[in-house]
Amino acid sequence: MADQTFPIGGTLDLTPPRVAKKTFLEWMHEWVTTVDHKRIGLLYIWFSIIFLLVGGAEALALRIQLATPDSHFLSPDTYNRLFTMHGTTMVFLMGMPFLFGFANYIVPLQIGARDMAFPRLNAFSFWLTAFGGAMLYYSFIGGSGLYGVGNAPDVTWWAYAPLTSRAFSPGHGVDYWALSLIVTGIGTLGGAINIIATVLGMRCKGMTLLRMPLFAWLMLVVSGLLLITITPLTAAQVMLTIDRYLGGHFFDTQAGGSAVVWMHFFWIFGHPEVYVLVFPAFAIANEVIPVFSRKPIFGYPAMVAASVGIAFISLGVWAHHMFTVGMTSVDNTFFVLSTELVGVPTGIKIFNWLATMWGGKIRFKVPMLFLTAFLFQFLIAGLTGIILSIAPFDWQLHNSYFVIAHFHYMLVGAIVFAIFGGFYYWYPKVTGRMMSEKLGHWHFWLFLIGFHVTFDTMHFVGLMGMPRSIYNYDPSRGWGHLNMIISLGGAVQGIAVLIFAFNLIWSYYKGKEAGNDPWDAWTLEWSTSSPPPVYNYAVEPEVRSRRPLWDLKHPEDPDWSYE
Amino acid sequence: MSATTIVPNAAPADEWHLPSRGRVAMFSLIIGESAIFTIFVVAYIFYIGKSLYGPTPKQVLEIPVFGTICLLSSSFVIWLAERALERNKIKLFGAFWALTLALGVIFLIDTGFEWHTLIYEKGLTISTNLFGTTFYSLVGLHATHVLFGIIGLSTVLIFTLLGKVREEHCERIQVLALYWHFVDAVWVVVFTVVYILGR
Repeated sequence: MADQTFPIGGTLDLTPPRVAKKTFLEWMHEWVTTVDHKRIGLLYIWFSIIFLLVGGAEALALRIQLATPDSHFLSPDTYNRLFTMHGTTMVFLMGMPFLFGFANYIVPLQIGARDMAFPRLNAFSFWLTAFGGAMLYYSFIGGSGLYGVGNAPDVTWWAYAPLTSRAFSPGHGVDYWALSLIVTGIGTLGGAINIIATVLGMRCKGMTLLRMPLFAWLMLVVSGLLLITITPLTAAQVMLTIDRYLGGHFFDTQAGGSAVVWMHFFWIFGHPEVYVLVFPAFAIANEVIPVFSRKPIFGYPAMVAASVGIAFISLGVWAHHMFTVGMTSVDNTFFVLSTELVGVPTGIKIFNWLATMWGGKIRFKVPMLFLTAFLFQFLIAGLTGIILSIAPFDWQLHNSYFVIAHFHYMLVGAIVFAIFGGFYYWYPKVTGRMMSEKLGHWHFWLFLIGFHVTFDTMHFVGLMGMPRSIYNYDPSRGWGHLNMIISLGGAVQGIAVLIFAFNLIWSYYKGKEAGNDPWDAWTLEWSTSSPPPVYNYAVEPEVRSRRPLWDLKHPEDPDWSYE
Repeated sequence: MSATTIVPNAAPADEWHLPSRGRVAMFSLIIGESAIFTIFVVAYIFYIGKSLYGPTPKQVLEIPVFGTICLLSSSFVIWLAERALERNKIKLFGAFWALTLALGVIFLIDTGFEWHTLIYEKGLTISTNLFGTTFYSLVGLHATHVLFGIIGLSTVLIFTLLGKVREEHCERIQVLALYWHFVDAVWVVVFTVVYILGR
């Protein structure tokens, strides 16, 4: 059955569905037992949005405490718990589920597959992540057992030994933390294996690796990186659990163990993790920037090579988190140089995105606004990273707010901006409706202003000597005004995120009808209906170039004639 | 890892080959597991001789020759089983498969006896000293993997006895065998580090 409204004939099975009104329980049952990659993707994304709001609320509480000197909004203990939970939540329960949500939803559609390689493993991975998240937050009420007061982990998200030993962290807060990271870690491993098997084993006919959309490429690279990144963390958490429960001595200096070994193990995970989080941002940029500049991506092979290069180099830079530990000068030099080397492939990426925009007919719709801001902020975050990679400079500013400003510039200024851009870009595909442009502009500008007020200012308090992880400071330090400005910026960002959440819900009911291909894009996911049917493609598509939809729309000038 | 299977721009629609998902997934799992073992092995090597009080490895450890021979030879036997299935000799496959399983179980029992001696006669537990912590966690991590392998092997054996395994399941069986080979290969590393380097 040929359907004239779709570029590929027979994309949809036009048999009318059997109409049946579902009860609430049936609806719930469908979502809980689903193995459809699109639904699991959405579950991941809902999970992340919830934790984005939770982690954001924690950040705002921290900022209220720090807005004025000598404040007593939070107790010191609560403050420690909140910043530990803020960090852990944002990295493990917000950032990584976003990655898997986007990858789950979009990768099979982009490579012309009907589902992920292992649908049941996919559901299993999601539910492990979900239960891990629930377990972490249960520590608020169960950390000292149900009889005691709540006791969430308060050891910071990098949890250096010996603070995590039984003597200094009684109760079960740290155990909940370690166990929930083991559980979510296994979920992450399952998800990564699934993405690799899908990308390598499920591509439609003609989609060679070098014709694959860059989004799928980045997801392949990030999954490969996850295999060897998340597992060292799991191993280290197992050691910590052995120390705490079975009386082991891995990190116990009184029995010959070493606290520095934990630091190494943690950052062997912790630094590549930053790239794990930023790769989805690259992936989104690789899709949005060409489509809204009306040009194919500049330097496709260089982009692939740079991604793989970043993944490799990122495995050898972890000890730049440890310059103040007292390593030998040879070690310091090695990690300074390897860290600076990351700037090369990253620079290739930035220049390629700029070259894609250069001379293009740029349409500044909301997704492109976010991705343009992403480019500038990512550059600045990278530059402060290069500054901090220089060991003597790091000795001055280690554990100061300058470091906090640097990595929030990366995590918020680059990653969160790109994720928001991705939301506005793919929302029409997922729901069949456009997100409101007007609310989108409000969201973008408020978030941009709030972001810069907060995190630009944070660099200065850092340079003035304000250390991280302190809950209070003396008025005589002179940091009060700047901290007030930082907190006000945080409030503006909070309002912007609420506008975004409102937009998500409002547009679902009241948004403009989107059609199948609202952005005039080129990858396969836009060739099917919005939202896509359960089976994605009734007929397996066949591709002959990197931009299959361009070929179909422009039969007079197809891409494959240039390959 | 499988980029070599596809030559860009040279794949007409009728010759479209993709790597098997099962194999790709198992290799990915093996890469991930190797990273876990690397961390434990690095910790073990780093902590050799760092224990502040005894017993030391030299005093208590004995080389588990018998168990090691059993485990390593099982890798060869499982390969014979794979070959038998490829040639559709189901009975022979079942026999070799059962032998593999038996060798794996013997290895675990051997480890169990070793640990029993260590704990009850030589007084080394996981909390005795740093050596005990690293020893039981590394060897225990490997034993856990053997246990999971045995669960997988038994499942296949049950299906074989029920007559459900046929030649067409060859690839899936080989994917499981890959894991078993990995468990054996890791033992070579663990054995070298724990019983030769560390002693």
